[in-house]
Amino acid sequence: MGAAIAARNQGPALHRPRRRRFNHLPYALITPASLAIFGILAFPLGMLVYLSLQHYGLRELFLHQGTWVGLDNFRTILADPLFQQVVVRSLVFTVANVALTLILSTLIALLMLKVSRPIRTILMGGLVFVWATPVIVAIDIWQWMFDYEFGVINYLLTQIHAGNFIHHNWFDNPFQGFIVITVVVVWGAIPFVTITLFAALLQVPDDVLEAAEIDGAKPWQTFWNVTVPILKPIFLIVISLSTIWDFQVFNQVYVMLNQRPSSDYFVIAVYSYRESFGITQYGLGAAIAVVMVLILIVVTFFYVRQTLQTAEIGA
Amino acid sequence: MIAPGTAHQGVRVGRGRTETRAGYRINLRGRTGRILADITGLAVFAVMAFPLYWMIATAFKPGRDILSLTPKWIPAPITLQNFQDAIERPFFFDDVKNSLFVVGGTVLISLALAFLAAVAVARFGFKGRTAFIILIIGVQMVPLNALIIPLYLMLDQVGQTDSLPGVIAVYLAVVLPFMIWTLRGFVANVPVELEEAAMIDGCTRVEAFLRVVFPLIGPGLVATAIFGFIAYVLLASPENQTLTVWLASFTTNHGPQWGPLMAAATLTGLPVVAFFLILQRWLAGGLTAGAVKG
Repeated sequence: MGAAIAARNQGPALHRPRRRRFNHLPYALITPASLAIFGILAFPLGMLVYLSLQHYGLRELFLHQGTWVGLDNFRTILADPLFQQVVVRSLVFTVANVALTLILSTLIALLMLKVSRPIRTILMGGLVFVWATPVIVAIDIWQWMFDYEFGVINYLLTQIHAGNFIHHNWFDNPFQGFIVITVVVVWGAIPFVTITLFAALLQVPDDVLEAAEIDGAKPWQTFWNVTVPILKPIFLIVISLSTIWDFQVFNQVYVMLNQRPSSDYFVIAVYSYRESFGITQYGLGAAIAVVMVLILIVVTFFYVRQTLQTAEIGA
Repeated sequence: MIAPGTAHQGVRVGRGRTETRAGYRINLRGRTGRILADITGLAVFAVMAFPLYWMIATAFKPGRDILSLTPKWIPAPITLQNFQDAIERPFFFDDVKNSLFVVGGTVLISLALAFLAAVAVARFGFKGRTAFIILIIGVQMVPLNALIIPLYLMLDQVGQTDSLPGVIAVYLAVVLPFMIWTLRGFVANVPVELEEAAMIDGCTRVEAFLRVVFPLIGPGLVATAIFGFIAYVLLASPENQTLTVWLASFTTNHGPQWGPLMAAATLTGLPVVAFFLILQRWLAGGLTAGAVKG
């Protein structure tokens, strides 16, 4: 807090992004966080890469000593047809979930601009509570709602004549199972994205929107040509974060399927966990995790670069 | 269901807003538009909040009403049996205490650290800033589950496995990058006028900042990554578990016991509710922060 008070004394200089004079303050501000992050994660990260180059099983874990195998683990994984399947499945799952989350959240955020104040407060309250629901609790709730015997969803779907869903087990068919998982993931992701976008929408100046309207722009054009460019930095952040999170989805699959998912349900995080803890091949599990990070870097490269550019300008 | 209504109302209410500003009364179309928007809003609320309602409703139902082929929408008669079953389970109070300790510790420490770093990244240009941002984004790409073994090996070396400070330290490292990055966006986007207005009202900059930004990040802090699966491994002994680990104990070989499980899930949510009640002054301010922009 001391540093923050010092920041206040800097006065107007705070708002000027690029300063010529060398300033120690920003370094003082990032030091505690950097120390916490890297002090705690540096060793495990190094260890992860190290493990991925080792044959490391249960025996090695007890002995605290693995056998160096170079890139063998990576060769094993890349040659494994199951792994290729898992990667494709994870990518498709991620694209679907990020797209759904973004579309729904943008619509809800826009809706929140239009509704009257009490409704806005109610809606915001609902979102906040969903946001605050721990993932494990959320999974329990949805498991109960999708229960094949007494689940309320099966009852409702049958009632509205969407088909006969009595005693319908959603997880018999992996495609339907992934629909349920998508519902859980998107439901949990909507509040953060919606509230972020809504807060950003409030920053869009009214006069710009009105000018566009006077010039005869249709609402869709105004949204696409005025609002979206202004919100671009926020969209980039939200897309990058959602991609990272959805690609790493683990609990929603693993806990949802009672910790015994069949290989049809393997997404990459589950697969890595399985290799590590299911068959105690920690080296292989670590190698999968490393590949996972590499894929994420490639996938999010475009967004992260854009974010960095806007962060440079918008600082 | 949500899509057509929203896209379409953009037009009318937009117009209604302009007219109000110009001094006209909101015309009929504007009012109809708003009512439609409100109805859609309530529908969205119902869909989003229903799972939480269903959890609470189930928690208060006696067993025969839970396992009924036609769901009972409102819990009547009400029973507290499920809550009693949940609380009487071993280690409930220990786990509540642990959860509060871990959540409280993580939130307080990470909030302070992230806030400072976010201000640095959002409002200063300095050498190494880009590198810092890349590292923050990069750290988030590492799957947490993959770090369980390395973390275990590390904590083992310093004698902190199965210990709450060890868990706090891990959560801290996990939550911080996300918090800094999110906060950075908010700091950069929160208009300076908003802070200045609050400062004119007699707040310090820090206070003004917390009042505007905190409500937007508070809930996220509680939810994000704090209740994680990693606790399953790092906290081995039952009296050291947190609530979410304890929740897993409701699934027996015969399947989950839905009543007590939902009661337990409701109880798990209680600290969060308490958190909001404590912060409600801030929250109310934050939720209507839009008013500043008119």
